[in-house]
Amino acid sequence: MNKLIVSPSPHAHGRESTQSIMRDVLIALTPAMLVSVLASGWSAFVLIVAGVAACVLTEFLIQKYLVKGPVTVCDLSAAVTGCLLALNLPPNAPWWLVVIGAVVAIGVAKMTFGGLGQNIFNPALVGRVFLLVSFPVLMTTWSDDGSMFGIVDAFSGATPLGAVKEGLKNGMTLSQLTADDLTFSQQFFFNAGGSAGELSAIALILGFIYLLCRRVIKATIPVTILCTVFVISGIFWLANPEKFTNPLFNLFTGGLLLGAIFMATDYVTSPMTTKGQIIFGIGIGLITVFVRYFGSYPEGVSFAILIMNCTVPLLNKYCKPRRFGEVKK
Amino acid sequence: MKKTFRIGGVHPHDNKISAEAAIEVFPAIETAYVSMAQHLGAPATPIVAVGDKVKVGQVIAEPAGFISGFVHSPVSGTVKSVAPRADIAGNLVPHIEITVEGDEWMEGIDTSDTLVKEIPYTPEEIIDKVKKAGVVGLGGASFPTHVKLAPPKDKKAECLILNGTECEPYLTSDDRIMRERPQEILIGGAIMMKALGVTRGYVGIEENKPAAIASMTAAAKDFPQIEVVTLKKRYPQGGEKQLIDAVIRRQVPSGGLPIETGAVVQNVGTSLAVYEAVQKNKPLIDNVITVTGSCLPVQHNYKVRIGTPMSKILEVAGGLPEKAAKVISGGPMMGRAIANLDAATVKANGAILVLTEAETRRRPESPCIRCSKCASACPMGLEPWLLNKLSRAGGRHAELEQERVYDCIECGCCSFTCPAGIPLLDLIRISKAEVMKIMRSRPKK
Repeated sequence: MNKLIVSPSPHAHGRESTQSIMRDVLIALTPAMLVSVLASGWSAFVLIVAGVAACVLTEFLIQKYLVKGPVTVCDLSAAVTGCLLALNLPPNAPWWLVVIGAVVAIGVAKMTFGGLGQNIFNPALVGRVFLLVSFPVLMTTWSDDGSMFGIVDAFSGATPLGAVKEGLKNGMTLSQLTADDLTFSQQFFFNAGGSAGELSAIALILGFIYLLCRRVIKATIPVTILCTVFVISGIFWLANPEKFTNPLFNLFTGGLLLGAIFMATDYVTSPMTTKGQIIFGIGIGLITVFVRYFGSYPEGVSFAILIMNCTVPLLNKYCKPRRFGEVKK
Repeated sequence: MKKTFRIGGVHPHDNKISAEAAIEVFPAIETAYVSMAQHLGAPATPIVAVGDKVKVGQVIAEPAGFISGFVHSPVSGTVKSVAPRADIAGNLVPHIEITVEGDEWMEGIDTSDTLVKEIPYTPEEIIDKVKKAGVVGLGGASFPTHVKLAPPKDKKAECLILNGTECEPYLTSDDRIMRERPQEILIGGAIMMKALGVTRGYVGIEENKPAAIASMTAAAKDFPQIEVVTLKKRYPQGGEKQLIDAVIRRQVPSGGLPIETGAVVQNVGTSLAVYEAVQKNKPLIDNVITVTGSCLPVQHNYKVRIGTPMSKILEVAGGLPEKAAKVISGGPMMGRAIANLDAATVKANGAILVLTEAETRRRPESPCIRCSKCASACPMGLEPWLLNKLSRAGGRHAELEQERVYDCIECGCCSFTCPAGIPLLDLIRISKAEVMKIMRSRPKK
């Protein structure tokens, strides 16, 4: 006689697991990693490996020896954080920089709050911003082997956004700045000045399409962010094209795509409902544009996402999904 | 574009491995155990005593309330006992045990295959015949059909929807009857439309049953008022509220009755039972049960007399394999795990599903990553992660009510989809029962 299991329904389960989702995110990041390594060589490769290793190790050590609980590094969430952190740094940054960032990302932003699912802020972005304020020089000096892509030579060592900011501060107008010479196709396919993850829009968009096809994320947050940035910067640009950069330039620079596709869509730190996600996306878009145009940093995506992360509990509380049988307003 | 419901849903693998097994008549049994609780509502009251001789189709129990039903003898023979017996969960329920002798039917029951098309009865006569035949909803809820055919006076029925979705994986009994007996099902539908006084009828069938769609569409040529609607494959499309939304684009208001949309939903199996009850005078004494599972060597769709022990069905089907770990009455999404294989079948049994340990293993639970996939999957637009969190916290009934836990249809989409392996529905089901108890205990306004 068989011994039968009796348990409540459902008796079947879907195929997705936390691990499979994280694996999909890593796969989606592969084109961006490849471009980064191809463009910047070993330094970018070392950065990614060091970032992943440092994040996984930090989580392992904390879970094993500090919390003394189950070790869950196999869910790959720490690996994703490491990857994203590495892609958010200049590709020529020293390896120890990413290690410091990883310790802050996992140790402070994730584990202090209780580990996976409990953190308020995106760990990779906390790591990045920590490095940005602690090591401003290392974090804003970009690889300029320049031979292949001499576009940014005039502002040696700065990103297109940084260059524009610097130029405007010195009283130049945009038409005097060569940044506008960046053609659309250069920005779209390959753009040398930037952090490891913002070199190629097409690589990031490929990852985006993969995530959408695998239903890992919905398009709501990225699309809302990009539309907001496009529309708001469009309004400013139309008002004064000499002072404000054009909307396309804003879309494809400064890690906006990386942030919108991979960081703002982080499950844990983004709202649960479509309504909440739209507000979240608009907020990120607005803050990004305002930081870029009026802030002291050239780049605003990281700050925008972190600021909007704070609003997530509130958005979850007040934005409810449309219930079945609810009258359409 | 094919129709479907508008909120949530999941796509479990459909595993319809028994779809090509034609309906076989299950061999005669020696003893039938007829449950008195075969319908939603009060258990029926036995009207036979030990030693009484009964024939097939003879009334052996009468309804014990408005929502209750008649029960008929599925076999001919002698009443051996009238006593409590364990059902599939092991709960004791009054049963009538009948020792089978021959197969003698009550007079007036037409057991031939002749199709009877004319419907000479008035709506009242139809409802009475359906009631006297003990017909209940065969989709799973076993709601007495005659109650559903007589909606409250202030509500007006506008259309009838026959439910041929069979959205649960593995199940094929509805698929088989739609392929083999489409005429009877449609006449049953026409009878119910006459009882309801409606002129519009639909049959909703999911696209993964092309043979059933073809056979029903061909048969529907003679029924201009009934339209066969092909639906996208999506679970839980067979849920009453979801099916109404899919077919006529109306949503039952929260806390309201389906009739408020003007639609009355009946399962295709019920429709067949109504045909037999009204046109053939045959009460509901047998039904088609799918016996399936990847570990079974042969898949079956059996026409089984009600009151047959499940263990007997499994034995005839080839025995329970060594690696069988769970036996389910119904499908893998909403079916109930059977604790007592000796329990007898009841009217609404549609399937016996045998799963291996690997097929039914629960995942280890890991932390919620707030992916909100449960909320996207919930066909009622609820937030299972939140309901589960509130349930876990304990004592948060007011918030659970505010989050409409009472709307949960227990379809299991949330637990199915959760990548962290959290059994969301387990706790939600418990708190739903608690909240509904609190709501019922309030004085009515």
